[in-house]
Amino acid sequence: MADAPVVIRKEGALGPAVLFWRVAFGAMVLTLWQTLVSLKVLDAFFVSRPSDIALRIAQWVSTGSLWGHLAITLEESLLGLVVGAVLGISAGFSLGRSPMLASIFDPYIKMLNAVPRVVLAPLFLLWFGLGIWSKVALAVTLVFFVMFFSTYQGVRDADRVLIDNVRMLGATERQLVRHVLIPSALTWIFSSLQTSLGFAMVGAVVGEYLGSTRGLGYVISQAEGTFDTTGVFAGMTVLAIVVVMVSAGVTRLERWLLRWKK
Amino acid sequence: MTALELDGVSRDFTTPDGRGYRALDDVSLSIPAGSFVAIVGPSGCGKSTLLNIVAGLLTPSTGRVRVDGEELAGLNRRATYMFQQDALLPWKTVRENVALGLTLGGVAKPDAQTRADAWLARVGLAAFASHYPSQLSGGMRKRVVMAQNWILDRSILLMDEPFSALDVHTRQQMESELLALWEEKTLNKTIVFVTHDLEEAIALADEVVVLSAGPAAHIVARHTVTLDRPRDLMELRTAPAFVDLYRAIWAVLRQEVVKSQQPVELRRG
Repeated sequence: MADAPVVIRKEGALGPAVLFWRVAFGAMVLTLWQTLVSLKVLDAFFVSRPSDIALRIAQWVSTGSLWGHLAITLEESLLGLVVGAVLGISAGFSLGRSPMLASIFDPYIKMLNAVPRVVLAPLFLLWFGLGIWSKVALAVTLVFFVMFFSTYQGVRDADRVLIDNVRMLGATERQLVRHVLIPSALTWIFSSLQTSLGFAMVGAVVGEYLGSTRGLGYVISQAEGTFDTTGVFAGMTVLAIVVVMVSAGVTRLERWLLRWKK
Repeated sequence: MTALELDGVSRDFTTPDGRGYRALDDVSLSIPAGSFVAIVGPSGCGKSTLLNIVAGLLTPSTGRVRVDGEELAGLNRRATYMFQQDALLPWKTVRENVALGLTLGGVAKPDAQTRADAWLARVGLAAFASHYPSQLSGGMRKRVVMAQNWILDRSILLMDEPFSALDVHTRQQMESELLALWEEKTLNKTIVFVTHDLEEAIALADEVVVLSAGPAAHIVARHTVTLDRPRDLMELRTAPAFVDLYRAIWAVLRQEVVKSQQPVELRRG
């Protein structure tokens, strides 16, 4: 037989050229920013400057004041992500498996999804207090819908032939879910996990921003209250770095779980 | 001993615009245990519907199906089904796919994997046990499916144009391998093989059943294939007995194929 074994295509590391230009672009933007402020083309009061921002972050790190706020924000995001994912995936599965339920709840889900989350924040503060749970709730409302829609899509989209084949091989309904529907939905769930993660952070930070005593959102809002733009930018930078790091972790996990793909 | 018995089986569907559509009409057929029966008919005539009914994936609108004398309710647990499309789970390795039926049935994993490896060796894929289906060629995937089906040792094998997507040579090789497996009489399997290719049907089967063009497909002819076994598929197709049989069945099938190519409203006077 003429079949040659197919070699698995390795996800190669980035080429040196890409890496170089990537770093170069960042350095260019920062230099431009720094120069324009030094030349007084831009006012440091409004846009701060990269060196000040770096210094501020270094201060936060060296005094250790950053970690407490960061830990709180991460805790809220993670809880929001987990709770939102569990609820969203379960709801997606239930409605994906039952056209009847899907028809009943369809208009309600669309209505709820249309509500701008920011307007819910004051309500959640009222219901769940100033602590972490009002922020978790806000993150959950964001994560839930992303997870719900992708799981629903994934379950509905599961290949009919795969399902029939596994049933013929003797699968029970539970085995069908475990061996076919979950793996099939995983592709969709994972492609939305990156988005969900971002949303969870947004939910937590916006919640903190609107009313809290701890967290990165609180740090940013405090800085804003005193016209401390350096503080605002430093908070944003920390947030961005954390999101990039966590999302790199998710990418690795995703690559491992979906290793069967071409 | 009768393995499968269809008694007045009809199946209706509802079209999206709400009208009724009869796919199969009053099909009665009995298939002896250990025989290889091919069902041919023009495309879209309801061959797959018939097979799905025998598998228990569809219920007949009227009529009954008996398996080994017992009336079929729910899925047919004495049969496996080889689909036309790829039905391997892409997220499981070749070994896990072959062992799937066993592990679903509660066989311990090490045991199931040992048995899967034995079957993989039998279909010549021992070296590919840890590969994923996406890393195999079409012909290799079909072999994996065969192993996945045969490992369960069920008495009936339903096959729906299993080799139609393969190139001619790979296809002939798969047909030979299928015959070699089936001719091991100790296994004593009953095979129902659906195809639109009359040559393939005659080359493989003991009996060729011709279905009419749809809608309301019914059996128009049954031919016993008396060619000797074991058959050499490389030589068989030019043998005089084969050619005679081909002509005889084609005379019937041809009319149905022509009918199936006419607009639906002209087909039934």
